[in-house]
Parts: sequence; C-alpha cells; structure tokens
Amino acid sequence: MTVTALVFYLFAAITVASGFMVISARNPVHSVLFLILAFFNAAGLFLLLGAEFLAMILVIVYVGAVAVLFLFVVMMLDVNFVELRQGFLQYLPVGALIGLILLVELLLVFGSWSVLPEAGNLAAARAPDAATLSNTDALGRILYTQYLLPFQAAGAILLVAMIGAIVLTLRSRPGVKRQKISDQVTRTMETAVEVKKVQPGQGI
Amino acid sequence: MFLELLIILAKIFAIILPLLLAVAFTTLLDRKVWAMMQLRKGPNVVGPFGLLQPFADGLKLLFKETIIPAGANKGVFLIAPVLTFTLALIAWAVIPFGDGIVLADINVGILYLFAISSLGVYGIIMGGWASNSKYPFLGGLRSAAQMVSYEVSIGFVMVTVLLCVGSLNLNDIVKAQETVWFAIPLFPMFVVFFISALAETNRPPFDLPEAESELVAGFQIEYSSISFALFMLGEYGNIILMSAMTSLLFLGGWQPISLFGLLDWIPGPIWFFAKTFLVLFTFCWVKATVPRYRYDQLMRLGWKVFLPFSLFWLVLTAGFLVTFDLLPVKG
Amino acid sequence: MDELLREYLPILIFLGVALGLSIVMIVASLITGEQKPDAEKLSAYECGFDAFSDARGRFDVRFYLVSILFIIFDLEVAFLFPWAVSLGDIGTFGFWSMMVFLGVLTVGFAYEWKKGALEWE
Repeated sequence: MTVTALVFYLFAAITVASGFMVISARNPVHSVLFLILAFFNAAGLFLLLGAEFLAMILVIVYVGAVAVLFLFVVMMLDVNFVELRQGFLQYLPVGALIGLILLVELLLVFGSWSVLPEAGNLAAARAPDAATLSNTDALGRILYTQYLLPFQAAGAILLVAMIGAIVLTLRSRPGVKRQKISDQVTRTMETAVEVKKVQPGQGI
Repeated sequence: MFLELLIILAKIFAIILPLLLAVAFTTLLDRKVWAMMQLRKGPNVVGPFGLLQPFADGLKLLFKETIIPAGANKGVFLIAPVLTFTLALIAWAVIPFGDGIVLADINVGILYLFAISSLGVYGIIMGGWASNSKYPFLGGLRSAAQMVSYEVSIGFVMVTVLLCVGSLNLNDIVKAQETVWFAIPLFPMFVVFFISALAETNRPPFDLPEAESELVAGFQIEYSSISFALFMLGEYGNIILMSAMTSLLFLGGWQPISLFGLLDWIPGPIWFFAKTFLVLFTFCWVKATVPRYRYDQLMRLGWKVFLPFSLFWLVLTAGFLVTFDLLPVKG
Repeated sequence: MDELLREYLPILIFLGVALGLSIVMIVASLITGEQKPDAEKLSAYECGFDAFSDARGRFDVRFYLVSILFIIFDLEVAFLFPWAVSLGDIGTFGFWSMMVFLGVLTVGFAYEWKKGALEWE
C-alpha cells in the first residue's frame, strides 16, 4: 500500500544519504553518527519486511554496542585530520590500485555466483505464518536445535573475541592500589586498634 | 485513513502531555522528598506547596540565552539534548497502561524498550564530545562506560522474566503475573534490576557522570537554556520510564492486588500509576539516603557482582523451569 | 497494510512528533531568549582559567576494553532472547545447547576476571 511504499522510500533514501555522508563527512565522529543513522534506517527497512526481531537486534547490537565502540575509537584516536588529508594525493595511485583489485575480485565472485538447488525449496518453505507465530519464537525454535553447530561456533567466536580484546588492550600499571573488599571486611578491632595505657604526665 | 491518523495523533498527545506534566512534577517530588528527609521544606514559594515550581523553572530556562561554546560542534551539540528527550518520549509508545491500553502493541515490546534504553548513551556521549571542554568529555566517557556496564545485567534480568512468560509482548508479560507478581519468585532479579536502573539513569548513588565534587556537572556543563532543560526532561523521563518498567516486569503492571478480588473494581491504569509512583518514590528515597559510589566500585559492582549473579540466576531459573516442566508452551 | 506494520505506524508518528516538539522548544527558546554572546561566555568552562589544551585528548584504553566486552555480552543477551521465548518448545535439548554456549562464554569471563580486565584503577 502507499503508506508502506512511502515509508520504505523514506527509510531507503535516508539510509543511502547517510551512507554517503559516512564516507564524505570531514569529521570522523560525524561519520560514525551518520553510520548510526544508517543502521537505524536499516532497522526500519527490516521492520517493513516484517522481521521485527532482527530490526530490534540490529538497533541493540549495532547501534547500542558496536557504534559505541566505534565512537570510542574515533574519539580516542584524536588524529589531526587536516594533516592526514595532506598526503591524500600522494597515496592516490596505491589506493586506486587496491580499489581496482578489490573491484575485480568482487566481479569474479559475482560472476561465479550460482544458486544451490535446495535454496529454492528453502525459500519456498519460508517463515511460518506471522499471525500464529512471532518471528522471535520461530527463530528460537530452529536456532538452538537445527542450527546447533553454527550457534556453538558463534559462541566460540565470541570467546576468541573476548580473549583477543584482553590480550591486545590489557596493560596493568604497576603501583596501583586496589580496593580489597575481603581485607576490609575481615579487619577486626584487634588488628586495627592498639590500646595503650598512658601514665599521667608522660607521653607514649 | 485521515481519521485514523488523527486518532493516532490524539493518542500520542494523550501520552505526551500527561507525561511531560508527570516529568515536571517528578522534579518537584524529587526535591520535596529529598528536603523532607533532611528536615527541610523544599520548594514552597511558587504556588501552594511549591506546586508551580517546575513551571517557573521551565519558563526561566525557556527565556535564557542558548550558549553554544565557541569550540563546540554546533550541530552535534544541539542534537544531543534533542536525542535524549526524543528517546525518553518514544519509549512510552509500547508501555501498556491498562489491559490492552497501549499505543503500539508490538510483538517485541520489551526488545524495543531494551533498544531505546541502549540508545540513551548517545545523548550523553554526543553532548560530552561536542562541548569540546574537559569536564563534559570525561563525564560523557564515564557515563557511557557506566551505562554500558549495567545494561548487560538489565538484559539478563529481562531474559529471566521472559523465561517465565514466553513472549516479548509487554501486555503478555503483565498478564503472566496474574497469579503472582514476578517480584516474589524472582526477588533477587528484582533487586538487581532496580539497582541497575539507578545506574542506567545516572541517579544517585551512581551519578558519577555529573558528580559535582569532581566533574562539576559532567556532560551538562556547557548546556544552558532549553537545551539543558531538554536534557533534564529526558533524564527524568527516563527515570519514570524505568519505574514503569520495574512495575511492568516485576510488580504486575496494571494487575490489581489480588485481595480475594476485593480491589478488582479499581481500574488498571490507576494500579499501574500507583505502582510506578511507588518505585519512583523509592528512586528519590535512595537519592536522599545513599552516598555516591566511587568509580572503581561502580564498575566492580556491575561486572563482578551483578553480571555473574544475574547470569547464574538466569541459568537457575531456566533449569528449574525445564526440570519441573513449568515452561509456558505455545504449541 | 500489514497487520504487523499497522502496530508500528504510531511509533513512527510518535518519533516525528517527539522530534518536532523538541525542535520547536529549541527554536522557541532561541526566539524568546535574549541572545548576547561574547567571547568569555562562549569559552569552555575550566574553573575560570583559559583552556590549557584541546579537550579531546586520548583516554584510558580501558574504556575501549569495556565497550568490547559489552558488545560480547550484548550479543550473548541477543542470543538469549529467542531462547527464552521458545524454551518451552525446544525443551531439554535446547536448554543444554544454550548451557554449552553460556559455558564457553563463562570460560572467557573467568579468563578476563583472572587477568584483571575487570579491575578499574
């Protein structure tokens, strides 16, 4: 219907426009903010397809978590961008060459693209009726049983990411005083206070 | 079609206007409760019992000069409060005020709320960064790390509740509490959620992003006039939202207290408001009683206490429900 | 229109109304309030001093670590949502499948705890 189409073109136009702004904005923080806008509109597009769970997860994971990391990184780098732009022309030939290679590779991939015979069946036996089963539920019913292996692989990848992040970023500084709650709690009056008898007229 | 649109608009304003009034009076409630607990009177000059104080504050801020610091990124600087305010408002679209009395009865209501609350961090980061001033920058960073840390526990708590419901729809979640409010069987999760909600809304004792004694006012320093007011409105809107969520997830939302059906004649929305108000009062109460956390203690509490504990409780709940075959089955 | 999208239309309109309202408020304040900027007023606050340096310096890498760990746990929560909803239908097998997943991540959690990545200094 018209409203749906209108909303689709609204979301799609903003997605494309903000995608363009991501690469053309001068300030990288602005780029990340436009990226967030693009994610947000992509979530809107998912919604229009009826994939409400995916739309929400896109917002929660990409906008709520990944983009926060991007913002941190961009804010932390604190690069002087005017300086960075000066060498632009100098690197142009190399950059163009890499871009060309990537393009050729992409063309090769698309050229040799073939659709599995089962894919048609899978598409035909698609999602259960949305009226009887919400798509979160439908996803849950197959993700943890039928697709057990990819699910566990995702767990393993997350583990690797966690360990990798710690190995790469963790630096322990020496000489840092930390709060030890157990020490504080186990402290008794005997270990903390010393009672001395003081004779009148004398110091300790 | 046009009529339908008008009805939706009317509904939206029926949510926004009372909500803004509620936010205004919450600022007053906050100050009053705080004052009473310290044996002061609180605002009592403007109007009877100071009831008009919030409007006086609002008008004052409206007529103030909007100062945009010279070094600031003007666009981002102005978008940040708009974003905070907008997010605090649109979350209310899915809150059921009574049985089926809801603007948008979506299937993934709780995910929507989780998503909106995870976006709340942007207003603060953007405000902190765009000000181009040291204290806001530090405040924004701190706040981002803090909100992010407690969000994980909130997620686990929500999942635990969902295990007992089997649906992401908020109306279903409230309906599932007909026999017993989840605050009783899931009491530890209720406590974790409440404390995480305090941290998520940057309320004392977790108000480190604005800690006056070290960061002056955190990300809000450079804000003046209505953009400051928008931040404040957004912040208090989020506090009310968190109270509403606590009452929906754990206190049975619009379900009446089942005193042998004696109190069933009171309509649902009144129950919902009463419960939300109770939680809101507790928010103010905590502010008056508890001293501020130190940042390392805050992170420790989030990552080393709440995260493992809520995960453990989630597994325990799931295990219990699976073993005794108590899970909600939809066929 | 789809039944599902019909429920989301109010949210979209709500978003528009809320954005509009806040922009109207800002513009109203710009019009009604007297705007008299001067250099001192517009300088960044730094306890009365002129700012010593640019405010956007580098900061502790720990913030970065926290946000990576957050992404990982957020994904874990994202996996838990459909599981919680459909656990009644996938039964014991689904339960243990998730337990293995959580177990793997708990190993990572124990590792970061042991390494002191959760310590703030």
